[in-house]
Amino acid sequence: MALPSYATPIQRTYYYLYIFFCCVVFFFLIAPLIAIIPISFSKSPFMVFTEGMMSWPPDPDAWSFRWYRYMVGICTDKNLTTPCGNKWMIGTVNSFFVGFVSTFFATALGTLAALGLSRPHMPYKGLIMSILISPMIVPLIITAAGMFFFYAKINLVYTFTGIILAHIALSTPFVVITVTATLVGFDMNMVKASQSLGAKPMRTFFKVIMPLILPGVISGALFAFITSFDEVVIVMFMASLDQLTIPKQMWAGIRQEISPVILCMATCLVALSIFLLTTVEILRRRSEKLRGITAR
Amino acid sequence: MEVTISATNEILTTDGIPLKVSLKKAERKNKIRAFLLVFPLLLFIIVTFVVPIGDMLLRSVDDSQINTVFPKTFEEYKKWDRQDLPPEEVYKSIFFELAEGEGIQIGKALTRMNYSKSGWKSLIKKTKRKIKKIVKSGDLPTSYKDTMIEIHKGWGDPSFWVSMSQMTDERTLIYYWNAIDRTYDIDGNVIMQDEKRRMYIKTWIRTLKVSVYVTFFCLILGFPVAHLLANLPLRYSNLLMIFVLLPFWTSLLVRTTAWIVMLQQKGVINGVLVWLGIINDDQRIQMVYNMTGTIIAMTQILLPFMILPLYSVMKVIPKSHMRAAQNLGAKPVKAFIRVYLPQTVPGMSAGGLLVFVLAIGYFITPELVGGKDGQLIGHWIAYHLKTTLNWGLCSAIGSILLAVMLVLYWLYNKIVGIDNIKLG
Repeated sequence: MALPSYATPIQRTYYYLYIFFCCVVFFFLIAPLIAIIPISFSKSPFMVFTEGMMSWPPDPDAWSFRWYRYMVGICTDKNLTTPCGNKWMIGTVNSFFVGFVSTFFATALGTLAALGLSRPHMPYKGLIMSILISPMIVPLIITAAGMFFFYAKINLVYTFTGIILAHIALSTPFVVITVTATLVGFDMNMVKASQSLGAKPMRTFFKVIMPLILPGVISGALFAFITSFDEVVIVMFMASLDQLTIPKQMWAGIRQEISPVILCMATCLVALSIFLLTTVEILRRRSEKLRGITAR
Repeated sequence: MEVTISATNEILTTDGIPLKVSLKKAERKNKIRAFLLVFPLLLFIIVTFVVPIGDMLLRSVDDSQINTVFPKTFEEYKKWDRQDLPPEEVYKSIFFELAEGEGIQIGKALTRMNYSKSGWKSLIKKTKRKIKKIVKSGDLPTSYKDTMIEIHKGWGDPSFWVSMSQMTDERTLIYYWNAIDRTYDIDGNVIMQDEKRRMYIKTWIRTLKVSVYVTFFCLILGFPVAHLLANLPLRYSNLLMIFVLLPFWTSLLVRTTAWIVMLQQKGVINGVLVWLGIINDDQRIQMVYNMTGTIIAMTQILLPFMILPLYSVMKVIPKSHMRAAQNLGAKPVKAFIRVYLPQTVPGMSAGGLLVFVLAIGYFITPELVGGKDGQLIGHWIAYHLKTTLNWGLCSAIGSILLAVMLVLYWLYNKIVGIDNIKLG
């Protein structure tokens, strides 16, 4: 979208203003995420850029890994004023546990449903689709309230089972959407071909359908994982005091002790999201190649 | 498959069944098969999600708990002609129901009674203790009415008794009225709440205001960016897309924390402004823990939801349209307004609605960066759920919010189609 050579000076000005504006917006989108990274290596107990960090040449005394050590539960630091423990690590383990279990079930249920929804004979498709997608649409706080009342009745609050059930419900829509999208343009003749060659339905599924939709299934699973991994509202209401997860710890951290340890975890999460984003992008391209759709 | 034509001109399969019937049968089989694949998830979502939401809707009008505590009293109460004070029978039944009732259940009922008229709680708590003593002593009074009025003169105050008429029904609308700052007076008319208890309408208006602002800013910021992304060569736009997708994939709490770091008084933005000499060190601007903070953070967080739909619409607008318009003599601005802009309307409405809908239900970000005057309606749902335990009001606010969302989504569905939602 370069400027044509015959552009008038006014057009030029507009063009450069437009480019400048876009750069500002990109900066606005990304700057907060970048800004937290250096502060997480700060020595100061506050979430700020200290003078030592800004000076040139860099002042080695201003930087340290102390908050990372604190995060992983190494409490050798004598100057700590905040209570140090392995809460963050417990939270990490719990988050991954809840995330993996709910991702597994969400992916299995969601993929099956997407396969059914993509069949031409599916009855009441619109209605069923809107029910299946509704957990994504209803605001989390309403979902949390409704689930809390209901799960309290059947004694599932303050258990991991309750949290996992809630997370599965929340994350299946993502799986359904991504897998359905992969199945658009799926050539049903391949299934017929494999069946006519004598394959049983199970074999057809694992040998023909699965390899083709795998990229979509994996992206759906990653979406499901990040949904559960990042979810805090339901955890806040449905988890007991000692059922910590990363988002819950971060929430408590922002509320009570504003110390850079939150930023250490945040930095790790940014790294995780870069990893997930890259994976999903690669999968998307691979899936497009597989299905013969060239990049738009 | 061999096909024979029968005398009635009906096409039959080899088994002699009409083809139509056979086809229908096969189709039904396919339908059942497709449905069976969807069934597990459908059942799961209904049990773990739809039923709880339905339960919440019922709870918002539910008033049955109190009816289980004072069943006899309410029965007698309904016979009362509402003149002066209730008859002896009413006093007698409430006397025994208070003496024999389960402590926890009575406590819950008292909380409910206080919503209709404040003072009920202390009145009954004081009376209950004395009644229990009387019952224990076995010295039952001859006139329950006189005894109770003697214990507490509140029992002789007709306004308490009149307010009871709001509780005898198993369904109530009081929570809905409360959610919009209204309540029943003792005669059952809907009136405004006391001045100091009016906070919900204020919050509803603020929620709408913040959502409108956020949608507007997202549109202003998102439109040029989506335009740039849609018109750049693919290898550049894919690279720039990372700037949009990375925030989208990053934890909400991380982004919220990042905004606290940026906006707080000792934060990055104030620091830069002081360093540039634009403001003095003692004039640092308060940008977080108020409505400004909520709007700024929510705009950044929801911006990808505006850019992505706009981008996918702009991507398919042929570039030749603008050139053609200019060729026909339109100035660039006019060509843009008359030719390009109308074609982006589907993207703008999709993105706008999506951002607006997400914004009115937002909870985490306003709760953390909103301070006192940046809270949205979600705050009250959480507050009544966890702090006051007024679950009826909590459900009523939730139900109203849900209704608003559903209307907006219905619109969204009309415009874009719900199954056109795309991710990443």
